[in-house]
Amino acid sequence: MSEEKEPVEVLRTPVELDYTYSAGVSASRFLRAVEQGKLLGQRCPVDGRVYFPSRGSCPQHGVPIEGEPVELSDRGTIVTFSVNRVPSENIDLELPYAAIQVLLDGADTTLFHVLGECSIDDVRMGMRVEAVWRPRDEWTISMQNIRYFKPSGEPDAPFESYQEHI
Amino acid sequence: MAELCGIVGIGQTKHDSKRIDVSMAGLLREAAERALEDAELTWRDIDAVVIGKAPDLFEGVMMPELFLADALGGAYKPMLRVHTAGSVGGSTGIVAASLIQAGIHDRVLVAAFEKQSESNAMWALSIPMPFSVAVVAGAGGFFAPLVRGYMRRSGAPEDTGIRVAVKDRENALKNPYAHLHMEDISFDLVASSPMLWDPIRYLETCPSSDGACAMVLSSESLAAKAPTRPAWVHSTAMRSEPTMFSGRDQVMPQGILDNAEALYKKAGITNPRKEIDCAEMYVPFSWFEPMWCEGMLFAEPNEGWKMTYEGATAMDGDLPINMSGGVLSSNPIGASGLLRFAEAALQVRGQAGDHQVEGAKKALGHAYGGGSQYFSTWIVGSEKP
Repeated sequence: MSEEKEPVEVLRTPVELDYTYSAGVSASRFLRAVEQGKLLGQRCPVDGRVYFPSRGSCPQHGVPIEGEPVELSDRGTIVTFSVNRVPSENIDLELPYAAIQVLLDGADTTLFHVLGECSIDDVRMGMRVEAVWRPRDEWTISMQNIRYFKPSGEPDAPFESYQEHI
Repeated sequence: MAELCGIVGIGQTKHDSKRIDVSMAGLLREAAERALEDAELTWRDIDAVVIGKAPDLFEGVMMPELFLADALGGAYKPMLRVHTAGSVGGSTGIVAASLIQAGIHDRVLVAAFEKQSESNAMWALSIPMPFSVAVVAGAGGFFAPLVRGYMRRSGAPEDTGIRVAVKDRENALKNPYAHLHMEDISFDLVASSPMLWDPIRYLETCPSSDGACAMVLSSESLAAKAPTRPAWVHSTAMRSEPTMFSGRDQVMPQGILDNAEALYKKAGITNPRKEIDCAEMYVPFSWFEPMWCEGMLFAEPNEGWKMTYEGATAMDGDLPINMSGGVLSSNPIGASGLLRFAEAALQVRGQAGDHQVEGAKKALGHAYGGGSQYFSTWIVGSEKP
């Protein structure tokens, strides 16, 4: 007698796809700089706004961004955030964590990162933060070189100073 | 002068978290056969097929339209695939309508689907890239900061989103096709559900669904032979913008404002709040109801929440929104936009059953997708435009 078994309803069949990614001139320059602990942005020639990172063209004006890179501070302002309590296979962070959008000083675009050394009850829009870098011997060509941002202790930025970036 | 486009057949599946009784092909077939049955037509009567779904990475089946052609009666017929992320269901409907309006075909089958049980949308939306750090977990992780931005800008009461979630789940109880039928839905139940992506609670979030939707669109002369009164396409609009550029208003993108203006202009509508009888809008997270009420110009900037709060968007309000229960009650992603469009058509045909808005003559269908960057909308009416 065979024992009753649950029918197979779903079969997981993982596939892998490895590929070599060619970053191009602008993104390569940005990534090489990150490898050295520097944050490089670039100006749109039409409105002068600083894109970080620059991907070689302006998504708004459709023109090449070819000028000299602009080195940015590793301090900035949290323009908005969410506290994430949902696990995801691709994200290696302990739950809950604050996913923040940071406007770096000198940049005109925001980046996503994570907040550290701060209770999730204290995170707020306008909070000033600074980067905490991994030890130098762990640096690679990745924004992961910044482990997280932490509160810098400066007074909060006024809403008007960053509201156009939300 | 463009041809008129009439909607003569509408079908959808029962949406559920796992439709293990059907394959992707079977799912689409179920919706398409219901649309044909509604139109009293057969596969032979269809000239072309337009299909839409969310990005292929979700199910991991590349270009599924190729193997689905047979199930949709598409062999030896023109078949088009549409891609615009979460808004794709809407865009697919618009592409199908344009084939009629341009006089290219007389009858087009439009179908859209998602089989989330065979997919991992969370994974597909969180692909690590070297330029940034992976912190955004799925769509909720992307949209939660924008919801926070809206709350800050508008000063809306914090329970606005809870009210939307309750209303849409109550509406879903009247829709036999809806995925979620929560008999015990209440303000307290939503309010006490856990924060997933703070400020978005679990019950303010759409479910993951398997489901499909299909419609038969027809030229004016053939629509005259339809057994049931057609819905007429009065206006369509599609707009998009880049996900990121400096100074982009992510909360209220220019794309939706431009979309609304173009849509109403074509339809000859000057006061949308008054002239539209009901609307199905893409609200995957509760707060997007007030946000898109502003985006579609039903409310002044930062005042959309008042419509929710005052009950204007409830079934007995002056502009009912998401009569079907909306995306918050069923979310087969690729089909979700077409379901919005189909609900608008059901309403003006008087076919919406227990969730019918009495005497609805003009209805709006709305979809959005990507990082709030793709918008597609249509207005359908019970009378010819």
